[in-house]
This record gives sequence, structure tokens and C-alpha cells, in this order.
Amino acid sequence: MSDVTAAALEEAAGPEPLHVGRASDRARWTGAAFKALLLACLGASVLMLGTLLVDTGIDGLGRIDSDFITSPPSFVADNAGIRPALLGTLWLMGVCALFIIPVGVATAVYLEQYADDSRWWNRAIEVNIQNLAAVPSVVYGILGLAFIVRGPLDLGRTVLAGGITLALLVLPVVIIVAREAIRAVPSSIREGSLALGATQWQTIWKQVLPGSIAGIATGVILALSRAIGETAPLLVIGAAASPRFNPDGLFSDFTALPIQIFVWVQDPNREFVSLAAAAIVVLMVVLLLMNSIAIVLRNRYEQKW
Amino acid sequence: MDASATTTTRATPPLGVARRRWNEDLIKLALLLAALISILTTTGIVISLARETIVFFGDVGVSEFLFGSDWSPIIKPQSFGVLPLVAGTFLITGIALAVAIPLGLGSAIYLSEYAGPRVRKTLKPVLELLAGVPTIVFGYFALTFFTPTILQDVLKLEISSFNALSAGVIMGFMVIPTIASVSEDAMSAVPASLREGSFGLGANRLQTSLRVVFPAALSGIVASVVLGASRAIGETMIVLVAAGQIAALSADPREPMYTMTSFIAAIGKGDVATGSTQYKTIFAVGMLLFLITLLMNAISIRFVRKYRQVYE
Repeated sequence: MSDVTAAALEEAAGPEPLHVGRASDRARWTGAAFKALLLACLGASVLMLGTLLVDTGIDGLGRIDSDFITSPPSFVADNAGIRPALLGTLWLMGVCALFIIPVGVATAVYLEQYADDSRWWNRAIEVNIQNLAAVPSVVYGILGLAFIVRGPLDLGRTVLAGGITLALLVLPVVIIVAREAIRAVPSSIREGSLALGATQWQTIWKQVLPGSIAGIATGVILALSRAIGETAPLLVIGAAASPRFNPDGLFSDFTALPIQIFVWVQDPNREFVSLAAAAIVVLMVVLLLMNSIAIVLRNRYEQKW
Repeated sequence: MDASATTTTRATPPLGVARRRWNEDLIKLALLLAALISILTTTGIVISLARETIVFFGDVGVSEFLFGSDWSPIIKPQSFGVLPLVAGTFLITGIALAVAIPLGLGSAIYLSEYAGPRVRKTLKPVLELLAGVPTIVFGYFALTFFTPTILQDVLKLEISSFNALSAGVIMGFMVIPTIASVSEDAMSAVPASLREGSFGLGANRLQTSLRVVFPAALSGIVASVVLGASRAIGETMIVLVAAGQIAALSADPREPMYTMTSFIAAIGKGDVATGSTQYKTIFAVGMLLFLITLLMNAISIRFVRKYRQVYE
């Protein structure tokens, strides 16, 4: 690598003799133009995001009222609402959270505090989590279809099956963020606790976890805000298209907000497309709320060591 | 005298291993079991894909599947050549990367080499926000705004309302945060001494960014692009909503197109009878998709390791 950088430095210096003093006008102009170009690259993302929000807002805001939130979907666009979808999403998030918090934190604690890296199985777990994070979400849908809806768990197309599928999908996110939070607790805290006679678990439970709780909570919210917008895996496990009734338990049929958006987007009738925009606005507001909670948590409880 | 000597030896605190605490061992075991759930997930994915894929290849030949250029699993005469799906996937991924590589790398260079800490603090959240937008929302945007307003009205393209171009461009924006954040990490990891050396030799910021920092961070940048590509290949909803659902082996981005992911989701949402060959295509196509993304992820991990080794 040092060869490469040496070569790069040589090249950067250029074959021409160095000018001392102010750079030439031409060099200054190209420098400024380049900086403007880079800023434009970032600006493109800002512009796209802004257009998306404004466009969806224009299409959808007019449709949002209390009836839209409290009505079930309907064949008549004027009467249609998102109540079952919204409740379905809440149920899914509940199941997902109940699963990812204990499993994600336990995995992170194991990998950071107990796992001996020289053992092959610990390295295997680590590489495996990295790979899972990159598996396309639609493949998790196949897993859910073959193993959770049918097959060994045989739960049917229920809230529980959907929640577990989404939980498996976002588990790597929780694990990765929680590990970082645990790693950020300085080892002097651990050593102090151990030196005072605490066992390893007492140290983790009384020192490490309280010290990393803000980071872990952020990770959980991040994972849930990814799960809430996932559509493809729910489509594959066959989440019922648009039931008119509310989900009433873990073993109930369900639909979810992103599924409802998809169904309306696909409708050839333009009126339903504006319903999709309205549902997107609701989804984005929920997402924004979740992210604000994460930011508040992080600022309020973040430990400074 | 003798007696007291023995008592002193006995009283010496044992400086070895503490007494075994069974509950501590139990906790460790429970944590290990939790960690094994991720292994179980992978095993589940592989088994669920492989089981039906093997059965599928009992009905359809491997070479017919991999090299056949006609994909018509439902409408008779049935044909199971996966090439149109693979070609659609790579065409749309190519369009996405053509958008995301320049814009993502430009953003990364700006954030790492030009922006002060304050500017970075205000601009980085925009990328994070972009990364947090659900892909169904991007799909909606591509279908109802980008295709009709930008492509048809402003650019006056003769383009069908479902097309690969719109899905690809919008997917590019979805991929930008991945490319920008991973390659910015790589560029920030380049030691300041290299930059100072370059400035000291009279290079300006442009030359330093492009000829010193960029090559020095190249392995991380390549990793970011591979990771972005694998994201694009695995993306479902943008394509399903905006690119239509026609499996045609065509290189024309103005046409509707199927990808591996959108096919899986489209078949999955319909009620296909379990055990039919159509049902099994989900798994065969899923297997192919899984293997492609696994390979790309392995490549990107290798590249990331390389730059970590150099500077950390």
C-alpha cells in the first residue's frame, strides 16, 4: 500500500515545477467549479427528497381526516380508510419489538462480553450476522412462507408469523448497533466492577447495560423504523390483501400500512392512488415520530465517559 | 508452632480460579442460544430455498432454467428460462448505479474533504433521511411523479407508464446513502499525514482529493459500490410498482420489465397452489438471488477488510 500512496503523492505533485505563492486563476476556477459540482451531488439528494415529500403531500394531505384514520378500506374511494392497516402495523411492531429486544441484546452481549474470538464458532456467528444484514428482504419473505407460515412453525398468515418474519429481517440491525453501544462503555468501568468482586454477569447487568441503554434503544427504534416500511416480505408470506376488520390478536389475519399503500398504488382508479399518497403521509409521520424519539433518547440518556 | 504454620497456609486466600458459579454459566449458555438464532435463520433460509429448488429441478432442467431466454411460468405453453429476469435485474441495477456512483461518491468527497464539521452535521442527516424512506414510497414516487411528470412531460420521452428507466433512476437515489456513507468512512480513514504531504508539495484540494485520498481509499470505495449494487439487486418494491410485470428479454429501458425480486413478490401475493411448479419457481429464483447477493457481500467484506488493515 505504501508504494501506491508514494506513487499517488508523486503524481499529485506533478512533473511541473512547483509554483510558490498564489495559485493561478485557472487552478482556482477549476477548484471552485469542482467544489460546486460536489455540492450539486449532495444537492441532488436534497432536491429529490424535497420533491418526494412535497409531491406526496400535495397528493395526499387533502385526503387525510379523522374518517381516513378510523374507517376500513372500501370499494368506494371516498369512504376508504386505513384503520385495519394501521392497527395491523401496530400489532406487527409489537411482536417485532418483543422478539428483537431480548434476542438482539442477548446476542450483542454474548458477542462483546463472552465470545472468545479465537473459537471458530464465534467467528462464524459474526460473519453470519454480517451476511444476514445483506440478504434481500424478499428472501426473508420466502423463509417466512416456507418455515413460519407453513412448514415447521405452521402459524398461518397471522400477525405472529408476520411479526416474526420482520423481526428476523431487522435483527442484524439491532445486534450491530447494540454491539457498538456496548463497546463504547470503557473497560475501566468493567474492570472496576470486577475488581470490587462483582461477577461477570453482575458487571454486565449493573454497569455495562445501564451504560449502553441509550445506544441500544436507538438501535431498536432504528430497526423498528426499518420494519415498519417493509412491504416485500409481507407480500410473499401472503398478508391478506385488504381485510375490512381489525386484527384482534396474535393469530388473526392482518394487513399493514405498506401493504395497503401497495394495493392502492396498483389500483387503476386514480382516486385510490391519492389514497395511497395519504397513507404514505401517515406512514412518514409515524416514521418521523419514531426517529425524533430516537434522537431525544440519544441526547437525553447518552453517557459521557 | 507446626500447627500455626499449617493454619497460615490454609488461610492463604486461593489465588486461582474462583469457585464455579453455575448460574453464571447458565446465563452464558442462554446468551449463546440467543446468538445461535441468527445461525438458525441462515440455516432456515438455505434449507427452505434448497428443498424446493431441488424439487423444481426435477421438473425443469438446470440448463433450461439458467440459459433459457423465455420466462412464462403461468401462461401456457410454460417456459422456465430465467434469463429475462436476470437481464431485467442487471439492467435496472446498472441504471441505478449510473445514478448512484457519481452522486454518491461526489457527496462522499464533499463530506469528507470539503465540508466543515458544522456543514457535515447539517447535511449528513439528509442522507440518513433518504436511507430511511420505505421503498414502497420510492415506488409510488417513481410511478406517479417521475415517469409522468419528469420523463413524459418534461423530457418528452416516448415511454410506457411502467418502465425500467424510472425504477432504475429512483432506485439510484435509494442506493446513494449506502455508497456515500461507506466510501466517506473509507476516505475519512485515510491518515491526515497523506493529505498534509500532498498540500505541502503544492497540490490543491482538488488534486489532493482525487489523486491522493481517492486512490488511498479505493478498496473501501469499491466495497461501497459492490454493497450498493447488492442493495439494488435485492430491491423489490420500486421495481414491482414502477417497472411493470412483463418478462421480456429486452435492453430497452423504456419498456416494462420484470426482475428476480419483483417476480417473487408478484407470484407470492397471488394464490399459487402449493406444490405446483409455479410455486416452486419462487424458490428457484430466490436461490439464484440469494447466491448472487451472498457473493457480492463476500466481495465487499474482503475489500472493507483490506482498507481497515492498511490504516487501523
